[in-house]
Amino acid sequence: MDLTYTAQEEAFRAEARAWLEAHVPRDLPPLDSEEGFPLHLEWEKKLFAERWAVVSWPREYGGREASIIEWLIFEEEYYRAGGPQRATQNGIFLLAPTVFDFGTREQQERILPRMAAAEELWCQGWSEPGSGSDLASLSSRAERVEGGWRLHGQKTWCTRGTFSDKLFGLFRSDPDSERHRGLTYLLVDLKAEGVSVRPVDKLDGDEGFAEVFFDGAFVPDEDVLGEPGEGWRIAMATTGSERGLTLRSPGRFMATALRLIELYRRYRETCDPRLRERVVQAWTDAEAYRVYTLESVTRIMDDAPVGSDSSLMKLHWSEMDVRLHETALELIGPHAELDGTAPEAVDGGRWMKGYQFALSGPIYAGTNEIQRNVIAERILGLPRR
Amino acid sequence: MRFAFSEEQRLFQEALAGMLAEQCPPEAVAEAWNGDSGRIPGLWAKLAEMGVVGLSVPEAHGGLGLDQLDWVLLLQEAGRAALPEPLLETSAVAAPLLSELGGELANEWLPRIAAGEAVVALGLDPAPWVADAHEADLFLLQAGDEIHALSPQEVRATAQPSVDGARRLFRVEWEPSERTRAAAGEGGRELLALTLDRAALGAAAQLVGLARAMLDRSVDYAKKREQFGQAIGAFQAVKHQLSDALLQIEFARPLVAHAAYTLVHDWYTRSRDVSTAKARASDAALQCAKTALQCHGAIGYSFEYPLHLWMKRSWSLAAAHGDAAWHRSRLAKLLLD
Repeated sequence: MDLTYTAQEEAFRAEARAWLEAHVPRDLPPLDSEEGFPLHLEWEKKLFAERWAVVSWPREYGGREASIIEWLIFEEEYYRAGGPQRATQNGIFLLAPTVFDFGTREQQERILPRMAAAEELWCQGWSEPGSGSDLASLSSRAERVEGGWRLHGQKTWCTRGTFSDKLFGLFRSDPDSERHRGLTYLLVDLKAEGVSVRPVDKLDGDEGFAEVFFDGAFVPDEDVLGEPGEGWRIAMATTGSERGLTLRSPGRFMATALRLIELYRRYRETCDPRLRERVVQAWTDAEAYRVYTLESVTRIMDDAPVGSDSSLMKLHWSEMDVRLHETALELIGPHAELDGTAPEAVDGGRWMKGYQFALSGPIYAGTNEIQRNVIAERILGLPRR
Repeated sequence: MRFAFSEEQRLFQEALAGMLAEQCPPEAVAEAWNGDSGRIPGLWAKLAEMGVVGLSVPEAHGGLGLDQLDWVLLLQEAGRAALPEPLLETSAVAAPLLSELGGELANEWLPRIAAGEAVVALGLDPAPWVADAHEADLFLLQAGDEIHALSPQEVRATAQPSVDGARRLFRVEWEPSERTRAAAGEGGRELLALTLDRAALGAAAQLVGLARAMLDRSVDYAKKREQFGQAIGAFQAVKHQLSDALLQIEFARPLVAHAAYTLVHDWYTRSRDVSTAKARASDAALQCAKTALQCHGAIGYSFEYPLHLWMKRSWSLAAAHGDAAWHRSRLAKLLLD
């Protein structure tokens, strides 16, 4: 057991901290809004230009070949400095690991640098109107034609779909197949003929979702990821990353917990004294996640599979995020209901905004009910039925 | 950065687990409830032979000279087996304290501890009780910032029976004097703070093992017990409770190892890390006790079925050396003020 950082890691932290403190934009409007989106893109391009967009990637694709420990350090520093949610996150955190593992060299070269540079934004196409938690029941289909596939059907809840250029998702390519078989992982140009995108506002009113309709849109063979018919297995690698480390590093939650402590110091005289213990509990949630992650990355460095542990992590971070924000809203009491535009809003209304975002955590990337089933069946070995 | 125990630490854990599976089965723990000592006859000598009892006694005094980090996995196993022996107090806490006190006290008692020939009872704030006073050869007791060493003849012990029948607690009355004083002032304060952290951490490690034992037993039961024509473990209502129990354990377990590391390396976060670990390990064990009982149903509620042995040890250790609320309150002072 050695919980110290090397001189190289400390130097990496110092460099990241100095750059982020000087450059992180303050008070950007929401990412999923017409006025906010271009400003977030500008920030992404600045990150990319200085090689901070995808630190763990190879240099040729814009990264720094940072180790997993350095990546954790970068995330800690990014959120400590108050960096905004990443506009490119669905691409760099969800699709990219799959492209690295299953993509051809040609696909990697074509897709990854543009994704990292925020020149091409990606959204995911998993859910359908009839397929949510039961993803394997999906029915959007890919019909084999000369040189590629023609798509028919509908995807929904595509995060930031209206702002995206491309969609990655699963389509039923074998019409006689059922469930997990006969699905193909496709990369779809949202500007192509036969694709239409309809915005759907999220709970918080931002234009964060889209429905995507396919009416014979053509996808060339070069945009199949992995082998046709192997889509389920390939996609599970992506959802594994989504649930686990790649999307939800501890740095974000620890930064929120430390802001909650600052908030407590401002409201300690007026708030309910019982909230003192709740603030402490919220901090221990974040600390437990940080320490669990150290153990988890050590296993990754030892080449042990992460597997179903990612379900434990997903339960913990998603429920912790809700509790962190609930506690903050109780601290600010009557200010909780003020919108960010209200002159007397606390911290620009970030706590209610963050609360609404946190409430999506137990739903997306596999609902927490599904995760509890996965833990019971795959880790504890309880019978499926 | 490497958050993992060493191969040696794992092997020692396995060896102890194997030994306790043989020597400390639930029937033996239940038996200990009825005995005068509350212990398993002969087991302490076997633990001493393995080196467990003298783990943190310096090699010069016949021990292994290891530290708190080496204790974590062993105390987890002691918890898993609901071991009714004074391993936490005598071996994990009193032995390093005696080393630090040094002098005659260390020279006289450390070799006897390592040989399995002496039991040390501890009276430390905030615990009002002294465990195993009936078996103790030496008492190390706190009075304000001072630590005093007393013989059994110098204290009056009144039994305060615990909910856990193998855990013998006492109210100890005694008079501090110049002669009994072993540490005082700034040095005393620092030693007492460190000792409290060691005790709380040791309890936390045992609680993690207890929680895991209750979960494992419940999972086994839920796989075998059939109702409505199927194993009850196939019902989501049961699955989700057991998943939540695992979640609590898995996010407490690394905190215990983390706190042991910062304690051994004397990081400034030591007390904060110990309190985090003890608070969450206590919560995890209490939740696992409830979940285990609920998943067992009526059989778990019967005295002859052994589940209650782990439940009661969990309730005891959750309350000992600062309960979750005490440690969160200490954390609040460290984090918020």
